[in-house]
Amino acid sequence: MEFFNTLIFLLDSTIRLSVPLLLAALAGLYAERSGVFDIGLEGKMLAGAFAAGAAAAISGSAWAGLLAAVGIAVFLSLVHGFASITHRGNQIVSGVAINFIAAGSTIILGQAWFAQGGRTPSLGGDARFGSIQLPFAEALSGVPLVGDLYSDLLSGHSLIAYIAFLLVPFTWWVLFRTRFGLRLRAVGENPAAVDTAGISVAWLRYRAVICTGVLTGLAGTYLALSQNAGFVKDMTAGRGFIALAALIFAKWRPVPVMFACLLFGFLDAFSIRVQGTGLPLIGHVPVQFMQALPYILTVVLLAGFIGRAEPPRAGGIPYVKER
Amino acid sequence: MSAPYAKLPAWADYGLIPLINLTVAFIVAGLVVLLIGENPLRAAVILIDGAVGRGQSIAYTLYYATSFIFTGLAVAVAFHCGLFNIGGEGQAYIGGLGVALVCLTFDSILPWWLTFPIAIAGAALFGAAWAFIPAYLQARRGSHIVITTIMFNFIAASLMVYLLVNVLKPAGSQAPQTRTFLEGGQLPKLNWLLEALGLSVRSSPFNLSFLLALLAAFLVWLLIWRTRLGYEIRTRGHSAKAARYAGVSETRIIVITMLVSGALAGMMALNPVMGDQNRLAIDFVSGAGFVGIAVALMGRSHPAGIVPAAILFGILYQGGAELAFEMPGISRDMIVIIQGLVILFAGALEHMFRPGIQGLFASLSPRSIAVEAKQGERA
Amino acid sequence: MADAAIELVGIDKSFGMVHANRNISLKIPAGTIHGIVGENGAGKSTLMSILYGFYQADRGEILVGGKRADIQTPSDAIARGIGMVHQHFMLVHNFTVLENVILGAEGEPLLKTSISKARAELQRLERDYGLEVDPDAVVEDLPVGLQQRVEILKALYRGADILILDEPTGVLTPAEADHLFRILRQLKEEGKTVVLITHKLREIMAVTDNVSVMRQGTVVATRKTGETTVEELAELMVGRRVLLRVEKGPARPGEVLLSVRNLTVRDARGVTMVDNVSFDVRAGEIVGIAGVAGNGQSELLETITGIRKAVSGTVTLAGRPVDLTGAADPAELRARGMAHVPEDRHHMGLVLAFEESENSILGYHRQERYRNGPLLDVDAIRSDAREKIEKYDIRPADCRLRTANFSGGNQQKIVLAREMEQDPKVLIVGQPTRGVDVGAIEFIHKRLIEMRDRGKAVLLVSVELDEIRALSDRILVMFAGRIVGEREAQASEGELGLLMAGVEQKEAAE
Repeated sequence: MEFFNTLIFLLDSTIRLSVPLLLAALAGLYAERSGVFDIGLEGKMLAGAFAAGAAAAISGSAWAGLLAAVGIAVFLSLVHGFASITHRGNQIVSGVAINFIAAGSTIILGQAWFAQGGRTPSLGGDARFGSIQLPFAEALSGVPLVGDLYSDLLSGHSLIAYIAFLLVPFTWWVLFRTRFGLRLRAVGENPAAVDTAGISVAWLRYRAVICTGVLTGLAGTYLALSQNAGFVKDMTAGRGFIALAALIFAKWRPVPVMFACLLFGFLDAFSIRVQGTGLPLIGHVPVQFMQALPYILTVVLLAGFIGRAEPPRAGGIPYVKER
Repeated sequence: MSAPYAKLPAWADYGLIPLINLTVAFIVAGLVVLLIGENPLRAAVILIDGAVGRGQSIAYTLYYATSFIFTGLAVAVAFHCGLFNIGGEGQAYIGGLGVALVCLTFDSILPWWLTFPIAIAGAALFGAAWAFIPAYLQARRGSHIVITTIMFNFIAASLMVYLLVNVLKPAGSQAPQTRTFLEGGQLPKLNWLLEALGLSVRSSPFNLSFLLALLAAFLVWLLIWRTRLGYEIRTRGHSAKAARYAGVSETRIIVITMLVSGALAGMMALNPVMGDQNRLAIDFVSGAGFVGIAVALMGRSHPAGIVPAAILFGILYQGGAELAFEMPGISRDMIVIIQGLVILFAGALEHMFRPGIQGLFASLSPRSIAVEAKQGERA
Repeated sequence: MADAAIELVGIDKSFGMVHANRNISLKIPAGTIHGIVGENGAGKSTLMSILYGFYQADRGEILVGGKRADIQTPSDAIARGIGMVHQHFMLVHNFTVLENVILGAEGEPLLKTSISKARAELQRLERDYGLEVDPDAVVEDLPVGLQQRVEILKALYRGADILILDEPTGVLTPAEADHLFRILRQLKEEGKTVVLITHKLREIMAVTDNVSVMRQGTVVATRKTGETTVEELAELMVGRRVLLRVEKGPARPGEVLLSVRNLTVRDARGVTMVDNVSFDVRAGEIVGIAGVAGNGQSELLETITGIRKAVSGTVTLAGRPVDLTGAADPAELRARGMAHVPEDRHHMGLVLAFEESENSILGYHRQERYRNGPLLDVDAIRSDAREKIEKYDIRPADCRLRTANFSGGNQQKIVLAREMEQDPKVLIVGQPTRGVDVGAIEFIHKRLIEMRDRGKAVLLVSVELDEIRALSDRILVMFAGRIVGEREAQASEGELGLLMAGVEQKEAAE
């Protein structure tokens, strides 16, 4: 029973920890499927978290926070688009720049506006997206097994967490069942095919990076208004890059992205849980190894030792009409 | 041949356009200062004064610049081969391990001037080793080097925390760092150099590795522009087809370039580890690897541009620290913003102003009026 | 004659310095198959891209069905019933046939109904035109011929009445090509207009009603196919250029220095580019390989010079075999006396961003004479470069100028100077005078003859027939990856033109 409770607890934190990864990875999926590489997920998520914390602190409304987060993240996405789509700049360089701009300005603005060492004020009540009890969670909580799974594991997450998981089938549907998705996938593989079919490559890619902005804004909001009670400096702590790793790991497909994020979230939860204690069979596993595992796995995958991660063919290459 | 613009003179290409890009980056940074209710001009004055106003501050400025020269060179060497090494941060971190192992081993038996060359080798070797795997994977398996070097930054961070906490930390100590090196593992300071110029320096971390950095800059110039290897690196960077034609092996050139790049990044560790803190501490790189990207882009990958660009960033780091005292709203993180803006405008948007400038030149110079596309703008 | 489906009036288009289309006027009657022939670079593809809205003309207008059409984008062209099958297919490799067909013509935001509509429509097109293809197959799994069929289906699905095909048979086997022609005739019977761009005269004769010949950006003639001959078209296509006169004495061929046997090369897609090719080049002779561009010459050169791998066959250089399996190292071949003036001087033969002097050692940069201890001997390199500049009259005479700032002719001289001054045994030359001004052409030709007279074995590939005839001692004609004939230097232009167009001797005799 002890073990079972531990397991439920572990899985519960796995879900919580994978939500921001999932949102950011899905965000990256839109841009990268359209042929725009985005290593600026981290920065957009961070800026979103700050905007959410700041706006929620000032207005007292979590929804205002969400709006601000999405707004700023979309703005940064458009900067990325302006550099890499309109001006055909280097997408990697642009992504790096956005990460730095976000890292610096969130601290500077946070300190200037709130003077709490880069934090935003602590939030509570309506200024956060608190946990939601699913229907009958209360009633079922006493039932063995079902109660544990339903009331403790599935119930009690924030609205954004549910949205994040609903976005997985939604993204799949958009990608494979809508006109927009068809064109999005096409422009990431062969923009010339899209161009000769009479569709604007630039506009299509702009729409994709806007989707990325919206989702990274959501990811930031979750960090600042659900997982925490406000913005803390550098609170993304590399999650944008783990999300990128998850995206590669899942070979740019929505449902595998969810499993990759759950896996990486589990590693995180597990390493927190076993910190300092030994493991049965394996013995002592350094927590740092668990933390590095997502990156190691991604490198192994990229090396082609476990399957082959083939990015969208046109990824990273600005579209220039052939002459 | 598709660009219907006038050709620019070299001074505009290498001087004017970078200057415009840089100016725009600083104007936007000034807007951020305005946004937090401070006067950007006053901030600039404080910053510059804080960085070069006194001997003491100049010493600090050059101390920071030392690290940035190394990491800037590292990024630049890779750029010359058409590779983007984002892993300077991790390579420098692991380079620090090399320095520390050498110092911990020899500091009690050798004088510093014998430890130093071994430490240089250790730093270079460890940094290069950390760059080797991404390089090999890029060359042989086509794994995108940008992604693998990012991953290796994080793996390096975890590895170093593990080693510092579990292996290198002296028993009974709480802080995750090695013991302090003895004198044989400490580089002499260079404060006398500034004092010889009539400046007064009380104490500063400015040390011998600055001269090593300048030497490295010279050697990189020599390597890239004066050796057969550098010639091959540049050929590959400009055109993979031409490199093939010239009989340059793709695998070999990618791996060698990245080893050099990683070695340079690793040598950055000498400056803080052996030159200042005299021990290996957690997070000692603190972003210098990333500053190298901005420095290389700003210096257009040429050592003669990288050294001043590194000093500029040294000024920003040192002056930014001073600025934080005077203007509580502004911390050193302002520099991170500027760094990002420099990368954005000098890197990703480097060609944004080019058409305009070219149009301007076309309209000013009667000989290049053949340029039809600019008629609209002139009208 | 029926009404014009398309009328082009005074179309003019330049790319920078290149004048691709000059004041072109052309009428394409409705319900016919209209061929457009010309050598590569004659401006055919540019003209059709303008018609399809991919480029905009600088001047001139387009009339579709007699009405002035303002075609700014491909969607304008599609809306006017113009469809195009590009030379390089515009397909998404990992999409199904169905997805490729509806891309851009989905109709509504959700795919479900558009897909089922497309499925029914594809079945109809399949029935009407014999365009069978599995709608659920993934495109990259299909053979090239079927991929092309998908391109045709794409155009028809969009309701194209006018179908442009750009070099459609380049990637097809003869059987596939014949099937394509049957489809095109079928389309014509249904009242569609077909424009066929090609450089193969056999195809023109086989399938078109009318044919327009393009040369150097202009339409030089339009004929009814039934009233013209292959000979006439070949002559129109190649043109009567100013006769190149090169003073040269008789060749005195010596020992065989380069020997190629049964060489076969495939490209990345697995298409055979060089097909079982054998020939020898002797000391003191120039062997010219004539052929329309794209018939495997580039691949042949790259394989002999070690840049590309061969599937099978052998190459012997001065009596010693060359390893072709692991892509022989070009550096090693250079050391063994093979010099190479590549076709693509902008990306391969030169690094345009380099100083002139740096390019003057490309490939030879490891030689001892350019070395000074661990460093390059910059002084030696520059004085060497200055010598070459003088000897080859390269202008401006500045070895520190960026190579991009030299004219085409002078850039080519930089490459020639570098390769010839190495005193090689074998000189491989691709398109030596492409994009080169007349003065430089004469200079380059003289130098090539000189090399021959100094006992070098020279292999010359050029799409300029005049050049081949003026310089070569023996002429090999390459078509579809094979050597289809060997002729003496005195062979007539018409005879060579027929071989280049893939017309077999027997057919020509009939």
